[in-house]
This record gives sequence, structure tokens and C-alpha cells, in this order.
Amino acid sequence: MVLLKIENLTAGVAQKEIIKNFSLTINAGEVHAIMGPNGAGKSTLSYVLAGKSDYEVTSGKAWLNGQDLLQMKPEERANAGLFLSMQYPVAIPGVSVSNFLKHAVNAKRKYAGLPELDAAEFLKLLRSAAKELGISAEMLKREINVGFSGGEKKRMEILQMSLLKPQLAILDEADSGLDIDALRVVAEGVNKLRTADNALLIITHHNDLLDLIKPDFVHIYADGHIVRSGDANLALELEQSGYKSFLEEV
Amino acid sequence: MAKQAKILEELANEKYKYGFITDIEADTVPLGLNEDIIRLISTKKNEPQWLLEWRLKAYRHWLTMTEPHWAKLNFEPVDFQALRYYAAPKQKVRPKNLNEVDPSLLETYNKLGIPLKEQEALAGVVAVDAVFDSVSVATTYRAKLKEQGIIFCSISEAIKEHPDLVQKYLGSVVPYTDNFYACLNSAVFTDGSFVFIPKGVRCPMELSTYFRINAKGTGQFERTLIIAEDDSYVSYLEGCTAPQRDENQLHAAIVEIVVLNNAEVKYSTVQNWYPGDENGKGGVYNFVTKRAACRGANSKISWTQVETGSAITWKYPSCVLQGDNSIGEFYSVAITHHHQQADTGTKMIHLGRNTRSKIISKGISAGYSNQTYRGLVDVAKQANGARNYSQCDSLLIGSTCGSHTVPYVRNRNKSAILEHEATTSKISDEQLFYCQQRGIGAEEAVGLIVSGFCKEVMQNLPMEFAIEAAKLINISLEGSVG
Repeated sequence: MVLLKIENLTAGVAQKEIIKNFSLTINAGEVHAIMGPNGAGKSTLSYVLAGKSDYEVTSGKAWLNGQDLLQMKPEERANAGLFLSMQYPVAIPGVSVSNFLKHAVNAKRKYAGLPELDAAEFLKLLRSAAKELGISAEMLKREINVGFSGGEKKRMEILQMSLLKPQLAILDEADSGLDIDALRVVAEGVNKLRTADNALLIITHHNDLLDLIKPDFVHIYADGHIVRSGDANLALELEQSGYKSFLEEV
Repeated sequence: MAKQAKILEELANEKYKYGFITDIEADTVPLGLNEDIIRLISTKKNEPQWLLEWRLKAYRHWLTMTEPHWAKLNFEPVDFQALRYYAAPKQKVRPKNLNEVDPSLLETYNKLGIPLKEQEALAGVVAVDAVFDSVSVATTYRAKLKEQGIIFCSISEAIKEHPDLVQKYLGSVVPYTDNFYACLNSAVFTDGSFVFIPKGVRCPMELSTYFRINAKGTGQFERTLIIAEDDSYVSYLEGCTAPQRDENQLHAAIVEIVVLNNAEVKYSTVQNWYPGDENGKGGVYNFVTKRAACRGANSKISWTQVETGSAITWKYPSCVLQGDNSIGEFYSVAITHHHQQADTGTKMIHLGRNTRSKIISKGISAGYSNQTYRGLVDVAKQANGARNYSQCDSLLIGSTCGSHTVPYVRNRNKSAILEHEATTSKISDEQLFYCQQRGIGAEEAVGLIVSGFCKEVMQNLPMEFAIEAAKLINISLEGSVG
């Protein structure tokens, strides 16, 4: 089943084209990795797909589960099953992790026509999900992303992912700023969430995370589009030869 | 959470939900203000001579005063002769209990969400004194409170039944010479609440008054007096609404609080007077003087206010810390949207030794509104060991609103420690996007971010009130993001 289909997408920010004629299809059960050098516009791709307001699509199409993704508001895309684990999760002072997540979970339930969870039901769900990821109850009371370390932030993103159960999760540099232990926790968390019905799109510029979450497809991204696709071996090849050799092919 | 969803639904189709006008016959006085009008009001209210004389003294003094113009507010001048200074719902006799109250009045309160009948029957936890235009209509729970010696009634009744108490304390915290609007209020005040907590009594329930302006062209000049004797405690809630009208309505109230040895008063306000429409037409002019005197040692006053309404707000609930070791607190959330203007803050006057004060002010501006925090921390020469902590945070939504902070500090004691922190921030696109990416719609996201911003203040409100206030915040900010 096709989860995400992107066709000849051209988009950018502040009237600068960054994504150029980009195409990609992701099926349920697959793990895709997009690898590219720093500054290639990988994060732009994730923002465009998630619908961040400053980003403008000039041409091309995209579908999430057959729905016209580009016509949807950011919250609709989220509720329809698209999750973006952000490279720099933002702090919201005064709003606790549990309160924030309750809003998010119930927004999604409402969208799906399900009754909202009350405080007790939600807390039960939250605590068990947090436990799986080794997140303490104390942590859930803290203001979201306020004073969190890099590792805590990323773990919190994965906690949100585990509660929202997206069909398509985009992990934008989920490994940046993490030491090897934290990286392992994040990867284990993500692996636990994998099913035959959902899919992952991992955006990264190096291999560490891909050693822990095995991709089915690896795409090399440069100059706004995919310059080469392959299987997991492509990542290894890239590790040995660097981006330069691939870029020269273009 | 269900609540949150309900709020959003409400958001979608409502503007100022309290904008209804109750059609009941009102007993009024002619337009305008002169000594005869004051005499007429006093006669209608069967007042004692001393009070009439006090009113007339205030009126004569008021004639010598001019409106203050130092606040950062811009509005059409009020024509004080075009106002009506008294409007009472017309009734043959004063009601003895709720059954005697005009049913359409009770219906109004039901729309406001304070079903008096129900409350009395259910023997809940809140005693409500409802002030409709100018006369206090019904006071619930009075009997139960009376058992402990607590007096909770309209100030008109207190003038008749407890004249000694009223005469002793009326104007003792806010003298009629205090300021232009306070002086006017002293001359023409029509009703308000009176609370007396005797020595050693802890009031067993939250006392609550709902104010509502109804009749056309009436100014509401209510006057509240709260006295907490030694070792007593009371928590008082005040909620305000006004029907939607095109013309501006004037509201100039006074709240006086006297706190004696070891006593504590907590005063919470949710102010939701009609703010005017999105083009700035209509709305209430809210010129209010609120002040508490901590006269006794170890006494404490805590003001908490959530201000979302009024076209113009001019309000500085203050604490006069006379008693040694007395404490004053001010927690405020003020929200302005569209063309609302608010100049609000507090005064902490440290007179006693080791007096402490805390100011937490959160201002949220949206639309074309303008908001100023104006506060004074004043430490007298003898106030050894005085301490103040002030924190003033402003949050801007959009780029057409304004926010200003004007903290005055006057310190004449070297041992005093004063701290002031201030921040100004905007709801960032990043924060909004983060919420939206988690499925939370823009309006709800703004509500969530704002509630986080106000958390320190909201957690000081009594539970029931906090829910109400959170709803109001959401409603007030409707349409503030694209």
C-alpha cells in the first residue's frame, strides 16, 4: 500500500527554490533513509511535507494515503498520520509534557471521530508509553522541552511518536547531538514502533542511526532531489567514499 | 479535555456571549449629576443623614478635580452629565428571598452561568451576591454564614443593619479625595457587597459576587467593603459581565479591604465587561480603585485578577502594608485584543517592618490593542527589611499590538531588597508549528501557549474560577491568529 507519494515537487522558502523536482514513493512497512550533506535542504523537505507556514510549494504534488497532502493544514496532516520528529524541538514554557500530549492525543482522537480521553485514561496511557522509553514520571511533569538536554528532547519526540502512532514518521536528524547511549534508546524506541502498516523516513547526514534502524532504501539527496537510490549498502558505500563522489556524478 | 473541545466549539460561533439585554422595568433617576440627584439617590435608598452628607462632600470635592491623563489610554472623554446615576430593577418591595425575585432577572443570572436558585438548593460551596446594575438583588447562603458571625450582604443593607461598621471603615482605605473616579464613586455609589469576618473565623466557603451592567446609559458605581478581623480568613470572588452595547458604558468601582492582625484576604476577579466590537466600537470604560490595607501585624492580602474585558481599563489593585510582617501579593493576567486598551498594575506601599510583596503580571496583547503594566513599589523610611519581587512578562500576538512596562520604584530604606524582572516575547511561528505538527489546531495552540504563559497566575485562582478564566482567555483570543 502506498503511504506517501511525492511527484516532481518544487518548493522553497523566502522565494528561494530548495527542493527541485523531487519524487519519492514510500509504501507501508518500509524504512527509507534520505542522506545528504549539510545544507542540502533536507530539513526543508520535512518542513514542506509537514506544512510549515513559510514554506511554499511552486509545483508538483504529494499524497498521504491518497489524500492531497499539499491542500491540508499542518494539523490535518498530523492527524491524518504524518509525524515529524524535529531536529530542534521547541520549548513551550508553562505547558507540561503531559498537558501538551493530552491536547495532541485528543486532537487526533477527535479528528478520527473517537471520544476524547479524560485525564485518568490519558495518564495511564502516557505512563505506560513513558515507561517503555525509560522516561520518568517526573519528566512528564516538566515544561515541554524547557531546559531539556539534546537527548531528552529527542526521547520526548519518540514518546510523542509512540502515543500518536503515526502511519508515516519523518525523523529529521534524530541522531544529532546524541551520545551513543542516547542514540541507542532512540533507535530502540523507534524500532519497537515499527509495524507492517507504518513507514519511516529517516533524514540524516551520517550513518550512525542507520546502523541501528536498518533502512530498506537509501536515497542520496543533493541539489534539491534524489541523485541516487539503493539499498542499505548504499549507506555503507557513502560512508567510505563520502558525498563528494556522488555529487560529482550529478 | 472535553472542556477544551467544548471551548473550541463555542469559539467557532460566539463572540461576546454575555451580550444580551434583560428587558425589565427599571426604576431610574433623571440623567445627569447634581446635588439634587445625589439627594434623590440617597432618598430612594433610605440612607442615613451621615451618608448623604458624606456623598455631598465627595461630590463638592469632585467638582474641583479633573480627570487623570497620565495613563497610556486614548479615549473619547466621558460626558458625566449624559449618564444616569441610578437604575434599580423596579420592584414594589425589596425581595426577602429568591422566590420573590423577578424571574426574568433570575433568567439573566442563569445565562451568566450562576443559577442562584440551583445554588441555594444544592447547598454548594459558593455564596453569591449578585449586583444587577446598581442594586444587590439576592444574597444566598446568608443564613448559614450568619451562624458564624459572618456578614455577607449588599452594602445598602449593611448601611442600614450595621451602620457602625460601615461608618467606621467606609472611605478609610480609599478616601473620597483619593482620585477623580474614586471621588465620583463616593458621591454616587449605588450598591456593592459588604463582607465582615469576625475575629478568629475562617470563612467556610468562597464568597462570590457577580456584577452586571444592564440598563442603557447607566454608569455602574459599585462599592465593596471587606473587613477581616484578627485571625480571620476569607476568599472573595468577583465576576463581571456587561451586555453588548454600541455606546460606551462607564464603570467606576471602589473596593476597600481592611485586614487586621494575622488575618488573610484573598480577592480574585475575573473581569469580562464588554470589550467593544472588533472595530473598537462600544465597550465598557473600567476606571476602578481597589485597595487593601494590611493594618495588622502578619496580615496578608492577595489580589488575583484575570482581565479580558472592557474597552478601557484603568485599574491598580494596591496593598498598603502597614502591619509589621504583612504580605501583599498581586497576580494578574490581562488580555487585550482588537482595539482594547489597558493600563493596569499595582501599588505596593511598604510601611511596616519586614513587609513583603510579590508582583506577578502577565500581559497578553493581540490585534490592535495596547497594554501597559504600571506599578509602584514604595518603601517608607521606617520599613526595615522590606522585600519586593516583581515579575512583568508580556506576550505579543501579531505585529500590530503594543505592550509597555512602567515600573516605578521609590525606596527610602537601605535595608530593603527589591527585585524586578521583565520579559517581552512573541508567540513564535516555531511554537505554533510544533503544536500543529502534533495535531493541535492554531486556535487551540494559542490557547495552550497562553495558558502556559499565565500558569503562575492561574494556579492562584480557586478551581471553579480557574476553569471559567481559562475559557475566557480562549474566547478573548479568538481570531488572533491567521
